[in-house]
Amino acid sequence: MSLLEVRDLKIRAGARRLVHGVGFSLGAGERLGLVGESGSGKSLIAMSLVGLLAPGLRAEGSVKLDGREVVGRPERDLTPLRGSLAAVVFQDPRAALDPLMRIGAQMAAPIRRRARREGLSLDARALKAEMIAALERVAISEPERILAAFPHEVSGGQRQRVAIAMALSCRPRLLIADEPTTALDVATQAEILDLLDRRIREEGLALLFISHDLPVVARIADRVVVMRRGEAVEEGPTARVFARPEHDYTRGLIAAARRLEQALEGGS
Amino acid sequence: MKRLTLRLGLLLVGFNLAVGLLTFFWTPHDPGAMIGGRLSPPSWTHWAGTDRLGRDFLSQVMVGARIALLVGAGATLLGGAVGISLGVLAAYARRGLDDAFAAALDILIAFPTLLLAMLVVAASETASLGTAILAIGLAMSAIIARLARILTKRVLAQDYVTAARCSGLSWARLTRTHVLPNILPTLAVALAAQFGLAVIAEASLSYLGLGAPPPNASWGTLLQQAQSTVHRAPIGVILPGLALVSLVLGINFLADGLRDLLDPEREGAE
Repeated sequence: MSLLEVRDLKIRAGARRLVHGVGFSLGAGERLGLVGESGSGKSLIAMSLVGLLAPGLRAEGSVKLDGREVVGRPERDLTPLRGSLAAVVFQDPRAALDPLMRIGAQMAAPIRRRARREGLSLDARALKAEMIAALERVAISEPERILAAFPHEVSGGQRQRVAIAMALSCRPRLLIADEPTTALDVATQAEILDLLDRRIREEGLALLFISHDLPVVARIADRVVVMRRGEAVEEGPTARVFARPEHDYTRGLIAAARRLEQALEGGS
Repeated sequence: MKRLTLRLGLLLVGFNLAVGLLTFFWTPHDPGAMIGGRLSPPSWTHWAGTDRLGRDFLSQVMVGARIALLVGAGATLLGGAVGISLGVLAAYARRGLDDAFAAALDILIAFPTLLLAMLVVAASETASLGTAILAIGLAMSAIIARLARILTKRVLAQDYVTAARCSGLSWARLTRTHVLPNILPTLAVALAAQFGLAVIAEASLSYLGLGAPPPNASWGTLLQQAQSTVHRAPIGVILPGLALVSLVLGINFLADGLRDLLDPEREGAE
């Protein structure tokens, strides 16, 4: 049985259809890229997978997380389901952390929740050790200083690492990464991608990676779904889709990415 | 400059508070006792003269500070508690419910605060300190609720809230750890400003005879009583007027100073 099974997922805002019948599945340890231009419905799909669509949006169809239906489930049933199965990392590192809380206090919350779920009790020292270990796993060099800092005192790349550490500290089985590198500079982008790649491999996570950036997706995903205006136009192994795209839209995307690359190279 | 307004505000409010507290233990004379001549001018025994019933005027104005602060603080507490609870809950509610709530608040806010307060007083049997607090507090809660709702929605739209909810954070804990700390600084400033308005509203209600009944010497009541004799004894209008201005101005300075101190936008900016 696959970890995530999406069938005929539709999302609408009132009478307007935003996503029309998308389906894909994701097994444990698999990596799926969701590609498409802005407004193609990628992020909406991601949010509907964990039942966190913005108010006013409605999902229909079927999303099964570990065999349990998410669509149409009441909030109180979803809360425990979310923590243990899926975690998200977002695009904007500025919004990823509460500006009024020290990073340590924010990191402690998901770790404590996980411990409670597993029936463990953590004392202050074990908690701190665990937080430091989590930060070291995302290659943060001075974990003690970061824990005592407020979000505005650390850099965007570090905040994104903290967000990833927090997402992973729940020990989810599926990580949803919604454009996690888009707001970062190129060097930091590469570091974060490497980091995600390593963590996912080592912890055996499934990954749903959402991006408009084809080279980034090509680096991290095994399979891709290409989205356009709320519809999946093409699906297949990453290498095949990028080498021999079947749909015109995919071809257009790849050509555009290539043109951009050439323009950059030609200009420098 | 910013510190100056905060200090000036603290000074003025502190002075009024000190006078108000003092009246619990001591006033120059019993404010209700008719001991002097009618409308006698200021003298060594009656520093601010007497009113038309021969009561010591300074004692009455001092008691007025106590009433103004009591009603102001009570109404602010009530308005804050009711407003913040309703506003936060509305922000969590399903869309239809939330829209209905927002519309109801807009309608309530469209009524002038004083009119709303008068309706509450009129609906209760007798006017007392309690009804004044209730009336002003409820009228205020609509304004606070609307602000709390918008601020909460802004916090809920943040990625860190979504990420936290995705990691299994319950609504109750979300409110305590993320929502309240992020909305309270702004609400504190709004509540301080509302405190000043509540003091004015109390004086207005009393002036109209809808506030605390005699022998409570509210500044509004004193102003109303002195109105007919303003040419013979102008101090009867000047003193409670000045007292009211000093307290409201002090509170507004305090609110301004608080805003500079607590503004999360300026603090969080990089």
